[in-house]
Amino acid sequence: MKWVLVAGVLALLALPAVLSSYALTLFILIFFYGFLGQAWNIVGGYAGQLSAGHAAFVGVGGYTATMLSIELGLTPWVGMLIGGVLAALLGAIIGYLGFRFGLRGFYFVLLTVAFAEICRVAVSNIDALGGPLGLYITFTGNPRQFQFQDGRVYYYIALALMLVATLTAWAIERRRFGIYLAAIREDEAAAEALGVNAFKYKMLAMVVSSFLTGLGGTFYAFYLFSLQPNTLFGIPLSVEIIIRPIVGGAGTLLGPILGSFILTPLAEISRLYLGQGGLHGAHLIAYGVLLIGVVLFLPEGVYPRLRRALARRSGQTR
Amino acid sequence: MLQGVVSGLLFGGVYSLMAVGLTLIFGVMRVVNFAHGDMMVWGMYLAYVLATRAGIDPYASFLVCAAALFALGFVVQRGLVDRIVDAPHEMQILLMLGVALVLENVALVAFGPEPTRVRSPLASATLWLGPVFVDVARLVTFLVAVALTTALWAFLFRTDLGRTIRAAADNTYGALVVGTDVRRVYAVAFGVGAACVGAAGALVSPILPFQPPTGLSLSVASFNIVIIGGMGSLLGAFVGGLLVSLAESLGAVFLKPSLKELFSFSLLIVILLIRPAGLFGRRSA
Amino acid sequence: MSLLVARGLSKRFGGLHAVARLDMEIARGEMLGLIGPNGAGKTTVFNLLSGFLVPDAGDIVLDGHSIVGLPPHAICRLGLARTFQIVRPFPRMTVLENVRVGALARCPRAPEALARAREVVARVGLGPRERVAAGALTLADRKRLELARALATGPTLLLLDEVMAGLNPTEIETIIQLIRAIHASGVSILLIEHNMRAVMALSQRIVVLSFGERIAEGAPAEIAHHPKVVEAYLGEEYVRAAPA
Repeated sequence: MKWVLVAGVLALLALPAVLSSYALTLFILIFFYGFLGQAWNIVGGYAGQLSAGHAAFVGVGGYTATMLSIELGLTPWVGMLIGGVLAALLGAIIGYLGFRFGLRGFYFVLLTVAFAEICRVAVSNIDALGGPLGLYITFTGNPRQFQFQDGRVYYYIALALMLVATLTAWAIERRRFGIYLAAIREDEAAAEALGVNAFKYKMLAMVVSSFLTGLGGTFYAFYLFSLQPNTLFGIPLSVEIIIRPIVGGAGTLLGPILGSFILTPLAEISRLYLGQGGLHGAHLIAYGVLLIGVVLFLPEGVYPRLRRALARRSGQTR
Repeated sequence: MLQGVVSGLLFGGVYSLMAVGLTLIFGVMRVVNFAHGDMMVWGMYLAYVLATRAGIDPYASFLVCAAALFALGFVVQRGLVDRIVDAPHEMQILLMLGVALVLENVALVAFGPEPTRVRSPLASATLWLGPVFVDVARLVTFLVAVALTTALWAFLFRTDLGRTIRAAADNTYGALVVGTDVRRVYAVAFGVGAACVGAAGALVSPILPFQPPTGLSLSVASFNIVIIGGMGSLLGAFVGGLLVSLAESLGAVFLKPSLKELFSFSLLIVILLIRPAGLFGRRSA
Repeated sequence: MSLLVARGLSKRFGGLHAVARLDMEIARGEMLGLIGPNGAGKTTVFNLLSGFLVPDAGDIVLDGHSIVGLPPHAICRLGLARTFQIVRPFPRMTVLENVRVGALARCPRAPEALARAREVVARVGLGPRERVAAGALTLADRKRLELARALATGPTLLLLDEVMAGLNPTEIETIIQLIRAIHASGVSILLIEHNMRAVMALSQRIVVLSFGERIAEGAPAEIAHHPKVVEAYLGEEYVRAAPA
């Protein structure tokens, strides 16, 4: 299995040489959403705390780096880290309120959605942050400003982000941190009785997850050259973030990546063929149906099912 | 300001109806209907279609809308929710989120993103009640909403089917033992809950401009009310509806309209944090 | 020498006094039985001792430290482990992985915790089913798993809540042997049990609870014929009829 993964990574590294510019863009999106999904996976999959407001961290990260770049001329490379830290701060606040006050399941989901929406509305109403029309970044092509003429650089950055998030999840998974998160997800009270400080580990997961997601905000802003509060903080983005790991397999290492490889091309195709404007919602309908389908028929996600099928095929039994 | 109070209270009838529907679904099945607001928006669009294509005034068509939404709720429960009754809560949440996504975006594709309102002759009529202006539309809405809630109460407490639903809510196992078709009971309960917002949507469609994304704000308002009033408590939902509507109305007097959403969401967070069992709640989620 | 001392422990739920001014002591190395009719407050006592409930009054001292108000995970790390009356395995983890969670309390590094877990799993006799998902185990095996998990945390005091409920006589025999072995290895045990034969066989001393209060305490033989105990379980009429 390890060799398959290594070969896969090497293939991805070599790919840009043969890709058309459209395919390049597609892969950038696959990696980017895979990255966001993996970041979410740490708190939503491994720890089992369903957050439906992760877009808030993307927004905080993106707006921070952009404002620092516009107002202070600070390079987004540093702005990215600051954005991540601020996103982690927001994550800590949400986590603290949620976990200290014992908000589980649906209550926690509501909390995260409420925070994301508050951010969205607040930013929409602050003119200094561009108001509802948002901010625009002038194209300079200057690498120091996180802008590149060559699309392939974005490809490698997005790939790097996805790998960083995956390595982080991997490191967590095999240590006590990850094992404790799994125990919390299975049965928090039983875990507590075994010495697991559930509050501490949930908070840690939340902070790591929101930090990473915040980094993604900067990439988003400087790749698309614009930010709008409705896009960056809105529920559609939160849905994009969570749907890939859920379909691919929440709480597994490869789930978010597999999910992104499956869903991102589908979303792009639907965007192409079903047109613009009012029909833009069409791919969200597909997402809704998929979500329902996954819950009913494939609750663990595609990856675990696939892994079992492959294991059976090669003659091994569990 | 008294104007604000009266307006708020009258609108509260609709909020109450909405919340009663949600709390019924939760009380019986322990399922949180994340698609509640989106269902209500469908009630509104249905009223719109009936008004524009068939010329039926929403104040007459609300029963049709209720029936249609009942069917939707019944089907959603029977076809989808029923299959995952034993699954962990996260699965239920995701399922209803999926339903919400589908409902909202089908509406978006079918009706477009522009805000709509239904024309009704009642909508522009007003009368003086003492020192205050009263929107006839709001008054009628309030009265109908109260009537429907009372009818629902009567259904739950005076009819056999209603009693069966309450029994299944209190003690599923016991209900099963005495031979209740629990699945049918659940489906009826969900249907009734959806019918509530179907009616509420139709009633409100001349007063409140709506578009597909309105579903989320309505869902949030419902959750606010139901959590304040106590999950599973019908009386709590009713009283809570009036209170929250009043609060929002007063809030609107002092705040910019665009900040109204901010207020609702902040209220939700505060309620979530201090909620324990709400005003009348008798069980915890 | 006392391992655990509870003084004046009280807990009310609304109007109900689940536990009322309870004094209890467990000596180091002792196996103490806690019995009483249903609703006497035994599991409440466990919840209070293990930190899942905060007492309204009273103090609990474990090995010299007051543990009132500490969260369950802290109490576990101080050496008090418990099992649940209705077993709570981590269903999607294997037997070994389940026990590893407990072992991590003593061995922070995952590989060592796994090794320790393996030992404990073998010790309770679940070795052959190491890789089985906990959700697929029989009830008897789940009880053993629950025991193993708690044991892996390396407790000085183990609280066992009705470990034998739902087991058949053979399974009960096996568990009795297991508990004896654990006790012999130096772990003090407080056990709640309805199975009288087992309690009498295992306990060195028994405390009897009724309506939240301690009504009797002593060696198994004394307790069996104690009038208050008979009254609590069978009602007043039987006290006079009980053989001397």
